[in-house]
Amino acid sequence: MSVLVYVEHAEGKFRKSAFEVVSYAKAIADQLSTGLTAVVIGNGDKAELEKLGTYGASTVLFTGNTQLSSFVNQAYASLLAEAAAKADAAIVVMTNSFSGKGLAPRLAARLGAGLVAGAVALPETGDRKFTVKRSAFSGKAFSFVTLLSDKKVITLNPNAYPATENAVTPAIEEFSPAVKESDLGTLVKEIIRASGKVSLPEAELVVSAGRGLKGPENWGMIEDLANALGAATACSKPVSDAGWRPHEEHVGQTGIAVSPNLYIAIGISGAIQHLAGVSSSKTIVVINKDPEAPFFKVADYGIVGDAFEIVPKLTEAIKAYKGI
Amino acid sequence: MKILVCMSNVPDTTTKITFTSDHKQFNAAGVQFILNPYDELALARAIELTEGGKGTVTVIHVGEASSDPTIRKALAIGADDAVRIDSPAIDAFFTASQVAAYAKDKGFDLVLTGRESIDHNGAQVPAMIGELLGIPSVSIIKKLVIDGTTGILEREIEGGKEIVHVPLPFIASCAEGVAEPKIPNMRGIMSARTKPLSVVTVTEAPVLTSIEKYETPVPRGAVKMVAADDVAKLVGLLHTEAKVI
Repeated sequence: MSVLVYVEHAEGKFRKSAFEVVSYAKAIADQLSTGLTAVVIGNGDKAELEKLGTYGASTVLFTGNTQLSSFVNQAYASLLAEAAAKADAAIVVMTNSFSGKGLAPRLAARLGAGLVAGAVALPETGDRKFTVKRSAFSGKAFSFVTLLSDKKVITLNPNAYPATENAVTPAIEEFSPAVKESDLGTLVKEIIRASGKVSLPEAELVVSAGRGLKGPENWGMIEDLANALGAATACSKPVSDAGWRPHEEHVGQTGIAVSPNLYIAIGISGAIQHLAGVSSSKTIVVINKDPEAPFFKVADYGIVGDAFEIVPKLTEAIKAYKGI
Repeated sequence: MKILVCMSNVPDTTTKITFTSDHKQFNAAGVQFILNPYDELALARAIELTEGGKGTVTVIHVGEASSDPTIRKALAIGADDAVRIDSPAIDAFFTASQVAAYAKDKGFDLVLTGRESIDHNGAQVPAMIGELLGIPSVSIIKKLVIDGTTGILEREIEGGKEIVHVPLPFIASCAEGVAEPKIPNMRGIMSARTKPLSVVTVTEAPVLTSIEKYETPVPRGAVKMVAADDVAKLVGLLHTEAKVI
């Protein structure tokens, strides 16, 4: 019995969430006194694969099969099921990313495994139970889910578990089982990535703005602040509904839930639906001209005042602090 | 085109979430339940794709009779008929098994769901249905066009998007961008009362997970206010106290 971790990459490079999920899976393997095997699809760069050893993967399986170079969840699920069998893995772990949300349920159904989606802590394994804490009710609560099946699949939320060095020299093995034609129905025609933008679900720092900005033409100062910090930009629902910003920036109950180290909310009143999506942020800063804005009640730091005056000054202060 | 739309019945987005005193159950007392907002988007797109006699939309729900008003809402919005599998939705695999058992011999061209329910946020059921039916599944799409027998979808990824082509039949889970939610008109509300809502007995399926308990997040300490003309102080606090920059 071992633990298997599926590790995503973007164009051959691992992101921070990749090292987080390997660290998390390593900690589970340690809890169960067993080994950790990592699986990487579509990336054969040895130097990059060796980085997974730094976080505790003792074996790294990779496939360079070009049929799998873009994400096809049926084929990926088949490959992971075979890798799990090869590694005799009872537990498969991956990131609760956009692709993970498509892949993990498919794999779990294939394996007859229970799935915990969006884990935020290590399993509790006492009492012959295997229980995992996860985020629920769009961040308004946590649920503790017991997996009743022998095989288990867990997806880990980004920013929920720190990347932890645990260096081993990994055995790197190519693993390329034949791909079934019937698994290749989905065809990725094009991948479009906004260059230089920080990905919101994984961002450590987020600058978010709401209707208080009065119009889309005023977002320049939000982007300036985000650039100075190296932060992702986000917005409230009314802003994306009005078409001021794209839907993928909408943070809240019906948008993206984020848990960055720092969430700066500018001109957002703090409706319960918005708070749901940001409540697990480590530190929250609220800038609002209305001292009665409900957001102040759940903030760590607050400034009452005009965003149009404060935000440019804050950007300058950040630049001064960083020496840029 | 025959479309099946999966829907769940969830607490209204303004609900303050509380639990029973043993922390084992969601406290539904006084809570307004609604059609899951993401499922509304799936339903709206399904109606757009079948408008003008181009097909039918069936909604399916796994739940008890207490969900019927929400199912009627989906019929009022424009679904042609509805199916309720008469059982609590015990867990994701159980729920997916019910939908798959119903759908497998009905010849649906397309199955749509919301990206996740806003109560459990598992986002598990859609891809599980895909696996159980042996059809492609695409999770979290922002656009859906049908061109002949091919679906042309836009799927969200970290920091961007993918354009994906998928042959019918397939299942996709819908996020914002797929469609605007539709508000039922008076004619829809009247006709919803007489549209067919069939109640189907549950199919046996394994239960793979159970919820031990719930917790609510620990409240934060009191907010620390900084003067509007002293933003440098905020930067200092973020560095030395919060240690986030």
